[in-house]
Amino acid sequence: MLAFLLRRLLTLVPLLLGVTLLAFLLMWLAPGDFLTPMKMQRDIPADLIQQLEADFGLNRPWYVQYGYWLGNVLQLNLGYSWSFKVPVSDLIGSRLFSTFLLSLTSTLFAWVVAIPLGVLAAIYKDSIFDRVSSFLAYAALSIPEFFLALLAVWFAAVTGWFPVGGATSIEYDYLSAGGQFVDRLYHLILPTLVLGIGGVAGLMRVMRANFLDTIRAEYVQTARAKGVPEGVVMFKHVLRNALNPLISAFGFSFSGLLSGALIVEIVMNYPGLGNLIYQALLREDQFVVLASIMLSCVMLVLGNLVADLCLAWSDPRIRLENQE
Amino acid sequence: MKSLLLEVYRRPLGRASLFVLIALYLGALFAGFLATQPVNSQDLAHTYHPPTPIVWHDGGLAVPDYRVVDKSGPRYERTGEYHRLRLLAPGFEYRLLGLLPLQRHLVQPVDPSAKVYLLGSDSTGRCVFSRLVYGSRVSLLIGLVGITITLFLGLLVGGLSGYFGGRIDFFAMRGVEFLMAIPSLYLLLALRSVLAPRFNSDQMFVVIVIILSLIGWAGAARVLRGMSLSLRRRQFVLAAESMGQSPLRILRLHILPNLASYLLVAATLSIPGYILGEAALSFLGLGIAEPASSWGLMLSQAQNIKIFMLNFWWLLTPGVAMFVTVIAFNLLGDVLRDIVDPRMKTQ
Repeated sequence: MLAFLLRRLLTLVPLLLGVTLLAFLLMWLAPGDFLTPMKMQRDIPADLIQQLEADFGLNRPWYVQYGYWLGNVLQLNLGYSWSFKVPVSDLIGSRLFSTFLLSLTSTLFAWVVAIPLGVLAAIYKDSIFDRVSSFLAYAALSIPEFFLALLAVWFAAVTGWFPVGGATSIEYDYLSAGGQFVDRLYHLILPTLVLGIGGVAGLMRVMRANFLDTIRAEYVQTARAKGVPEGVVMFKHVLRNALNPLISAFGFSFSGLLSGALIVEIVMNYPGLGNLIYQALLREDQFVVLASIMLSCVMLVLGNLVADLCLAWSDPRIRLENQE
Repeated sequence: MKSLLLEVYRRPLGRASLFVLIALYLGALFAGFLATQPVNSQDLAHTYHPPTPIVWHDGGLAVPDYRVVDKSGPRYERTGEYHRLRLLAPGFEYRLLGLLPLQRHLVQPVDPSAKVYLLGSDSTGRCVFSRLVYGSRVSLLIGLVGITITLFLGLLVGGLSGYFGGRIDFFAMRGVEFLMAIPSLYLLLALRSVLAPRFNSDQMFVVIVIILSLIGWAGAARVLRGMSLSLRRRQFVLAAESMGQSPLRILRLHILPNLASYLLVAATLSIPGYILGEAALSFLGLGIAEPASSWGLMLSQAQNIKIFMLNFWWLLTPGVAMFVTVIAFNLLGDVLRDIVDPRMKTQ
């Protein structure tokens, strides 16, 4: 078990090295750098720009820059955001919380809604409910996310029932602890719905198919034949086995949510990690880009790891040690 | 191939999605013929114009005339007069299929100064309907071109590494895993910022296709590797090998035909990904740029707060078009999969 964990975590090292090197190269290849907009302004003296260039290390070749950056990261120093003028770790820390919250609520929403719907659709197969829900799931999977986000913003603007954007209100700092909690939840409702609907549809379809597959299994027939009540058969025998494949999907959804939220965050103006990376990439704020991309990779690997662990926990037949 | 098409046609869902897709692609091919105005003819006197319905008036087709009542809105009102429309009438010049210079359009007003806005106009007075039709070219083509490149790369890398195994396989698969581990949207953004400034807006289309397929091929390569790995141990491949056929010939004659059905289904089901990818890029202002038109680009206009209150719904039509296209491709893919591989059927 421990060996398995260690091996999986060790794969992170070459991955992170490769990804950051790639990101560094791409940013170096991209024309211009963080100081380009400044150079355009005539009233900024040339020697100031030169000094800034030297400060930022932008006048050195890229591999030297990368070496310095790597050295600092190994000492747990992620650097300093040029545009926000704060340490990258602080910046990402605050954004990570918002994104994590959003990921958590939308995943929860997707699971809580999708599983009962999928089970019901499978139990009452070919009923009106099954047909309608299948159709809706199909439709939901085909709607572009940003289109849905636009509709949500429009809805919020026209009805005034929900905040149009952001993660907190202006008076957030003056609210009591309970008020802050409620305020955050209130701002989370629409982004959660927008992000979660695709998940609901996908999970529901998988759940229904799994459930139908499991109902036909021989042990279910055996259970019924020996007189186990139908409710127990459905929940104890079928549901538990039908959930297995979904649990590995859970980890993937966890890792995908970070980059999946990017567009929704931008459209709904939600101050999350995706929004930050997008802005940083546009401004070529190097250290922010590198740190956030690293973080996304870590989340991806961790997500897959969590998925495997969950699967091993729910299905005793799976032995982690035998896997790659 | 022919029997497959017949089989698709025999199923109601398959037939419906086939018709929708054919209609969409015909619309894109004959965009110039369908459009009522050139793709970027601005008219600042008619911004945020409401959609003009086509009505039967005085023994012929006509559109109502509008006048501005409040310039700050702007708000429009019908004047009660009508402009006559003519079918197959001459209008602005365009090239059919990019070659044939033509002037005929499906509908044009008899009076050339009259404006026809079937879906209203946007913030610079451009006809939303015409831009929608022209934009469909980008969105519809990008899926086809992208999937061709992706499957080619996937087939090349996956097929070869599955067939040869050993060191080639090892390095190819580590590369694939690396590509799959990078959050694709960020890779997309980074690649685009590297490539973009070296190209003008016409070449941008090609750049986007290349970026999207560079990211997409990894998943396809992995699946294809697994399939060719299992095919490799089958008797007919072993027989061909013992007869002394060259590896390339075996790949082409024995392995490729067995992958064909998977390729077809995978292609149909992944085209929506390309359409949505382009739309997302253009929506963020990183893809197709003005004055060219694409569905994602048009949707990004709808973010403008003024539009929210004026003609939001008409600017959302590209989103609806995208939805219809994606759902048609998904349906067609599902139908194809059911035909090719009935075991995979989702009850």
